[in-house]
Amino acid sequence: MLDLGPHAIFIIWAYVGVIVGVVALIAYTVFDSRRVNAHLKALDARGIRRRSERNS
Amino acid sequence: MTGFLALIGRDLKLATRVGSDALTLVLFFVMVGVIVPFAIGPDSATLSRLAPGIIWIAAFLSMLLGLDRLFRADDEDGSLLLFRHAGLPLEMIVVAKVIAHWLLTALPLIVASPVLAILLAMDFPAWEKTVVSLLLGTPGLVALGTIGAAVTVSLKRGGLIAPVLIMPLSIPILIFGTGAIAEASPEGLSKAALLFLAAISLVTLVLAPFAAALALRLAED
Amino acid sequence: MTVDLAVKKPNWFSRLANPGQFLAWSKAWILPLSILTALLFAAGLYLALFDSPPDYQMGETVRIMYIHVPNAWLSQFVYAVMAAASIGTLVWRHPLADVAAKSAAPLGAVFTGLALFSGSLWGRPTWGTFWEWDGRMTSTLILFLIYLGIIALWRAFEDQGRAGRVIAVFTLVGALDIPVVKWSVDWWNTLHQPASISLMGSEHMPPSMLIPLLVMTLAFTALFVTLHIVRIRTEIFRRRAETLERQAAASLG
Repeated sequence: MLDLGPHAIFIIWAYVGVIVGVVALIAYTVFDSRRVNAHLKALDARGIRRRSERNS
Repeated sequence: MTGFLALIGRDLKLATRVGSDALTLVLFFVMVGVIVPFAIGPDSATLSRLAPGIIWIAAFLSMLLGLDRLFRADDEDGSLLLFRHAGLPLEMIVVAKVIAHWLLTALPLIVASPVLAILLAMDFPAWEKTVVSLLLGTPGLVALGTIGAAVTVSLKRGGLIAPVLIMPLSIPILIFGTGAIAEASPEGLSKAALLFLAAISLVTLVLAPFAAALALRLAED
Repeated sequence: MTVDLAVKKPNWFSRLANPGQFLAWSKAWILPLSILTALLFAAGLYLALFDSPPDYQMGETVRIMYIHVPNAWLSQFVYAVMAAASIGTLVWRHPLADVAAKSAAPLGAVFTGLALFSGSLWGRPTWGTFWEWDGRMTSTLILFLIYLGIIALWRAFEDQGRAGRVIAVFTLVGALDIPVVKWSVDWWNTLHQPASISLMGSEHMPPSMLIPLLVMTLAFTALFVTLHIVRIRTEIFRRRAETLERQAAASLG
């Protein structure tokens, strides 16, 4: 394993924290996107469509 | 010109009428100075060292809390709509409001500052410097504040957002305002701080009305 | 007989300005950008943790630099993106500009927060405390507060269109003021702390450190671009959904 020196704990915590933060950011972005798309699909199922799509 | 002065006069009259809270801000200012010794202890040496910062924080908080009064009353009674179509440019109207607001909030603070200076064991030369720095810094603070007030004018419960928005942006004024007084800083730096403070206030006074007027127009579209 | 209402030939401007067209071309970019981001991170992390030397002054803790500096860079870059979007809203009334600004704000806040977090953990072994009021960290803290204020503004408005225009003004005011804040904080710092402690020395960085730093910075920037595009798309869809809900509610009457 790599030797991170006497202050290894700070280095580890910094990397872990940043990685967790990035992963959480990605997860939230994906979750939000899926939620909105599900909402639009639900609206479509109810027959509510945008004007440009209604005539198709 | 007469419209400009009339606007200032109107704001002053409205504020000093019965039922207005114009002087509450001064009370708040003094109270901050009163409660600080309870929090940090009555030791005169400590108090006098921290006094410039405490007075500026008290002024800062009082001015920021009073920002809501700038445009909200006008928005509620429809005057804002009249201002937008008035003969006077909206930017000039904002300047008039800045002047009126400064007279109503900053000037009373400066007049009340001797009380705080005594409570916080400030000596006379330090107090003099404090008055000068407040005189130079508060106009810039009011001008910057109008931007926050204009941005939040259309929000129903936007009262506390404006101070939150303006506080980070007004940190330079706080830094140079206290830097001009601090005993720890050598004479040259104090003078430099005063000059920077004056410059920032001046530039803010010139530019902020444009930003605030723009925000007012966009908020009401 | 149908009337052809489609735009004749999508030029680069309408691809950016027309929500429908933006949605069409951006979809294809998400996967490649995600893969690029992942590859850059893989390479960057390997270089940062395994293939770069320790600093002769601060030892292994210099490795925190490889995750701190990219976030600090992003905190300013994202604000620049928001400022550019604000100009787009105010000057050209660009239809997607306020969507871009709104989508960028939370991303900027998170990256700034990560910069503060990593900077704090870098400072602890280097200076002995989790926080020092030095020029750079203080300015980053103030920038973080400005981001939070802008996010609070977006949430406070009911009319998001009005919000976009007003917030654009505020963002540009911030853009003008942030350099003044930085300068005043540096002045304040020299006043109270004559010996300025810098996390990164003024000496030039050797390539063995510069390259991992650049790779990580590129990785984080690619991450931002990818997430930003996804969030813009999400916001466009969200507004469409809200409009449809309102139409549905109105037609019930």
